[in-house]
Amino acid sequence: MAEETIPRRKFLLGAGIASTAVATGLSQAEPTAAAAAQALASAAAAPAAPAAPQPEPLLALNETEHAFIVAAVDTLIPADDLSPSGSDCGVATFIDRQLASAWGGGAKMYRAGPFRKGKPEQGYQLALTPAEFFSAGIAAANAWSRKTYGHDFDRLNPDIRVAALKAMQEGRAEFADFSSPAFFARLLAIAMEGFFSDPIYGGNRNKAGWRMIGFPGLPATYINLYEEYRDKPYIVEPRSIADFS
Amino acid sequence: MAITLKEVDAVVVGMGWTGAILARELTKAGLQVVGLERGQDRVPGEDFILPAVRDELRYSQRLELMMDNSTDTLTFRNRPSEQALPVRRIGAFLPGEGVGGSGIHWGGLHWRFLPADFRIRSAIAERYGAKAIPDDMTIQDWPVSFDEIEPYYDRFDKLCGVSGQAGNLRGVRIEGGNIFEGPRGDHYPNKPLVASSAGLMFASAAKNLGYHPFPMPISINSAPYVNREGITLGACEYCGFCNRTACEANAKASPNVTIMPALRLEPKFELRTRAWVSKLNYDKAAKKVVGVTYTDLRTGDEYEQPAGIVVLASYVFGNVQHLLLAGIGEPYDHATGKGVVGRNYAYQFEAGAQAFFADKHMNSYMGSAANGMCIDDFNGENFDHAGLGFFGGGYFSCNTPSAPPIGGRMLPHGTPLWGSEWKRATAKWYNHACRFGTEGSVYANRDNYLDLDPTYKDALGRPLIRLTYNGTDNDHKMSRYLLGKLERIVKAMSPTHYQMEPRPKNFTIVPYQSTHNTGGTVMGADPKASVVNRYLQAWDAHNLFVEGASVFPQQHGYNPTGTVGALAYWSAQAITTQYLKSPGPLVHA
Repeated sequence: MAEETIPRRKFLLGAGIASTAVATGLSQAEPTAAAAAQALASAAAAPAAPAAPQPEPLLALNETEHAFIVAAVDTLIPADDLSPSGSDCGVATFIDRQLASAWGGGAKMYRAGPFRKGKPEQGYQLALTPAEFFSAGIAAANAWSRKTYGHDFDRLNPDIRVAALKAMQEGRAEFADFSSPAFFARLLAIAMEGFFSDPIYGGNRNKAGWRMIGFPGLPATYINLYEEYRDKPYIVEPRSIADFS
Repeated sequence: MAITLKEVDAVVVGMGWTGAILARELTKAGLQVVGLERGQDRVPGEDFILPAVRDELRYSQRLELMMDNSTDTLTFRNRPSEQALPVRRIGAFLPGEGVGGSGIHWGGLHWRFLPADFRIRSAIAERYGAKAIPDDMTIQDWPVSFDEIEPYYDRFDKLCGVSGQAGNLRGVRIEGGNIFEGPRGDHYPNKPLVASSAGLMFASAAKNLGYHPFPMPISINSAPYVNREGITLGACEYCGFCNRTACEANAKASPNVTIMPALRLEPKFELRTRAWVSKLNYDKAAKKVVGVTYTDLRTGDEYEQPAGIVVLASYVFGNVQHLLLAGIGEPYDHATGKGVVGRNYAYQFEAGAQAFFADKHMNSYMGSAANGMCIDDFNGENFDHAGLGFFGGGYFSCNTPSAPPIGGRMLPHGTPLWGSEWKRATAKWYNHACRFGTEGSVYANRDNYLDLDPTYKDALGRPLIRLTYNGTDNDHKMSRYLLGKLERIVKAMSPTHYQMEPRPKNFTIVPYQSTHNTGGTVMGADPKASVVNRYLQAWDAHNLFVEGASVFPQQHGYNPTGTVGALAYWSAQAITTQYLKSPGPLVHA
């Protein structure tokens, strides 16, 4: 892209740090009703606000793909009073690591041919591994974005990004040689995994996804609390696998 | 060239629930038994440990404990006229892999079928006339009665330490239990778990409508329990991580926890893992199997293991595939309706609802997914089908919601699935929702069956099983009827919002529904309509016993594992008390 004079990685990092600062400030100054009780209850035990994340090395995505994923997860999970943005919660890092994992390489997936188009009831029928699927899907999405809006997806302003993702979700975005709703569905699914999985995988940073919904993470046991908290709010600092390790 | 090993008394193919039960019972009878398992060993204390087991991504999303589709899967189509395509990643159902099989990651719902279920064709004919049964509905009576199998249900209960409340003890009805159940010889080993908020609300609403709520029977021990193997099982911790994962408290029953510790100490038993059986070696003239051939996946070596008795205890699809490849029993021919192997495949016809309560705190992450309240008023022949246009039914449940954050979040329909509005709705409703299910029966139909795929192969080069299945008109009508009744209960709970979740028109292989695949090697009294006799002995090979849900003639309105375990004990009893004395057919048709 001749027009893009700022190297992508630096552009993104700058944006990421800025939005982290804003989001962190917001979430501490103005906890919402849903988050307020938890924030208060956990304030004493909570560690200091996390430092701005260091740049994570990329394992599977190239910089163009990473820029797409950051822009996409920040649109799917925008920074607001409930949580920092998707990428500030580590969701882009999560996706990169998942695509580099055995799963991303198609582990436990039947990949013998012949490959035929089936009915939706027959499920996924492509030869592509998840890593290959995202790589091809991002290329198709960016090509469509350039044709439709004149820029790659990550260079669109936030309102246009929302419109573009909606067009993909509803199948109105006509990608060349790729299904836009199938791509969107998998993008949304992996973003949700990154927002809500245990933080050991790089997403759900500072358990932001869990805090948003009041999921307490891992218990040792609830046997002594189950009846006590029947129909009562149970507010604790969430714990993750690392906290038990 | 396969290496021939020394003959053993019995070889067991697959070390899930039925393989473990048969191996245990046969060694108790003095037989030298080899257990072959293509997956890995899984040992509680090493493989089921905190905090690793509490990882939703690893176990529930990436399916750590499930079969490896890179080496084996099945193909699927809705109708015989369609092209079947491979299931590239399992979804609708999740067979397990490794020692323990699906018995590790199951939810623990532990049911018995109704007395009338065991004679369903006769029961329907007596009540509504034989002509009421549609021509394409190939349901048949089981070749065993509830009363015959009841002691074996009890035996399996006492292996697992099932928690529940009896509703019929030796003919005496007990309010608060399932008053529709067949007479039990004994109480459940354990009291029910503590009910959830949602479960109590459901029970109260159901009772007010005149139904008969009771706690769901589950193989999750409410208190420490010493089982029939002398093994101490733990008590449920209400940790909320239960489905699709292993229980580190040893409270959820699995073969690994309830039997394997005893088998591992048994000198007459040898476990060989990563041993993938490629074929049953069949002597058609002698009507016997002489053993099995397997590949050691660690070395690539192929072995022949001769055995006096072969117990086929793999999953439903594997059992059918083995028989078809070995040429044991006549393959089912859809065009003519003749043949038996692959016939009467059935599934579970589940549908449900979700409800949202703005002012209730469900604390969904506490408890066990299987812990719930249910009613059985609309199951089997518990209600009158006259004029309804369908047969069958199912129990209704309101489980502890157990809402893991990736896969268990619920939102009112119409809510955006992303963006700030989605975030607000998710934060608002996450802890205020609950889920209901109807566990519908699937009455066998001539168009639903298993055979060998003509195109796709597994990693050993064998044809994959091809599943041809779609919901029938009967089952769709049944499910709609159940949902109508369920909706009355949900409404009576006065939710802020609720939504019914009917089944889609076509069965789809993608989203999880249940791992309740049944049929294909069904048991029966008539060799023309069954593969195995009442003792699960193959009609065409008297030293071959086929275990598991593949022997169900059809699927009833309950989770299958309770009956799978009971039949395994029943079959083991026949082998050890009858077959060993006089090897040969136990039933003469």
